[in-house]
Amino acid sequence: MTIGGVIGELRSGMTIGIGGWGSRRKPMALVRALAASSLSDLTIVSYGGPDVGLLVAAGKVRRLVTGFVSLDSIPLEPHFRRARQRGAIKLTELDEGMLHWGLLAAAHRLPFLPMRAGLGSDVLRINPDLRTVRSPYSDGEQFVAVPALPLDAAFVHMNRADASGNGQYLGPDPYFDDLYCLAAAGRAYMSCERIVPTRELLAAGPPQCLLINRAMVAGVVETPHGAHFTSCVPDYDRDEAFQARYAQAAATPEAWDEFAAEFLSGAEAEYQAAVAQFRAARVTTAASAAGATDEVRA
Amino acid sequence: MSGAEPTLAEICVVACAEAWRGDGAILASPTGTIPTLGAQLAQLTFEPELLLTDGEAMLLAPAANGEDCASGDRGLDDRVTEGWLPFRQVFTMLAAGKRHSMMGASQLDQFGNQNISCIGDWALPKAQLLGVRGSPGNTVNHPVSYWIPRHSRRVLVERVDMASGVGYDRAAGLTGRARQFHELRRVVTNLAVLDFAGPDHSMRLQSVHPGVSVSDVADATGFLLAAPYQVPQTRLPTGAELALIRERLDPDGRRDEELT
Repeated sequence: MTIGGVIGELRSGMTIGIGGWGSRRKPMALVRALAASSLSDLTIVSYGGPDVGLLVAAGKVRRLVTGFVSLDSIPLEPHFRRARQRGAIKLTELDEGMLHWGLLAAAHRLPFLPMRAGLGSDVLRINPDLRTVRSPYSDGEQFVAVPALPLDAAFVHMNRADASGNGQYLGPDPYFDDLYCLAAAGRAYMSCERIVPTRELLAAGPPQCLLINRAMVAGVVETPHGAHFTSCVPDYDRDEAFQARYAQAAATPEAWDEFAAEFLSGAEAEYQAAVAQFRAARVTTAASAAGATDEVRA
Repeated sequence: MSGAEPTLAEICVVACAEAWRGDGAILASPTGTIPTLGAQLAQLTFEPELLLTDGEAMLLAPAANGEDCASGDRGLDDRVTEGWLPFRQVFTMLAAGKRHSMMGASQLDQFGNQNISCIGDWALPKAQLLGVRGSPGNTVNHPVSYWIPRHSRRVLVERVDMASGVGYDRAAGLTGRARQFHELRRVVTNLAVLDFAGPDHSMRLQSVHPGVSVSDVADATGFLLAAPYQVPQTRLPTGAELALIRERLDPDGRRDEELT
């Protein structure tokens, strides 16, 4: 598939799950295209990072379902903060584990799963629709009945995949990407760094890193550096310099307009070209600084 | 440098390490530089069975059994991977009670209710913070401690704006095992060490750091703090602990940045 082909499958008002965690292995190429699309009124389910930030900044989000939004090395996400402080988005704030449980319930086609998390906390106050359930066994214990989080579509990003939709993560953590795919029954889209022949998948890592199988996804699209600026180890680390630039730009509307004009006004290839230019400029600056030092030494 | 007096940061590292004393083979989950150094110090000294991650998904042990852990010239680079703990497995360890985390708090009240979600009314917050993260689940499943690098009335408040983590007054209303599993162990701040041994599990002053008086702590706390008649001084790092902190765990002095 193409990025445009994926976006073409979506409709306004959908609930879309986004894999990864914070600022780690996010399907950013698909997120950038979603942010640039004409779609609106989306409900986003995510362990939030810059995916949430970009979509909120583009005015795409009606409701966010999450346990946190963070850029990891920069704890607070500026677009999310501003949107919340202005009342611009609705929020379903859940414990991190509840989000996991909701995706698992959806994947298993269950209406809910019982959980201890949430009991006693204000998560129950701010989510008045949440219900508790009593164990039918002799213990009679009470739990939060975490409702399933069914998705209309999901995006995940893998290191490698084959053309038929078998996906492989090569980094330290699968996050919950398989559950996002299964919770989006039939409409999960996987981007990847590189599409390789099926027989080459196991050359890159052990069998248990084949997290996604082709029954879980509706389409696969090759997006090199498609998780940028989040981390996608071992292919690349988080681009901390670029993330800092993003966070600075988010501080004022003027700076954000400038950032969006420089990086977000074109398609994915133009984004990657602009990023390459940003990186080259930094290298040149660093080299000229080093050159100046050499001259002094000479 | 080893001979120099312990700094506040080093005293706090040891006070954080003490939170995990006696925990045995459970996952220690520190948040922040000083709690992380504390957990690593505990693992290297009096609590060698603790499990610690690299901050992502790998479990790292100080060195293979029988290797010399105490020589100070190798930094942390000699740690060996002993296991794999991706987030989904952390959630399972958490629910199994095999964990003791030390979290931060934007607000913490007398009974240990913790807020990291937002300041002001949740519906339209004055300041949006992280979100509840894992606090609701952590606090009803396993022991939790807190690290407060700036002890003040803004943080130690009479009432939290949002209870992300569950305190003892709320836990008292729970039934079943959630109440049994709820345990707030200690609070380490830049001024003092506190626990919840006050009346009705309210916060109690356990010790004050050198140079800090009981009234300093009381003045910086937004609620009435229980205290024993004689408040002891926080235990100082031993020479061996100081050497480990300075030469092995944190030769670059990152511990001081959290207190500035």
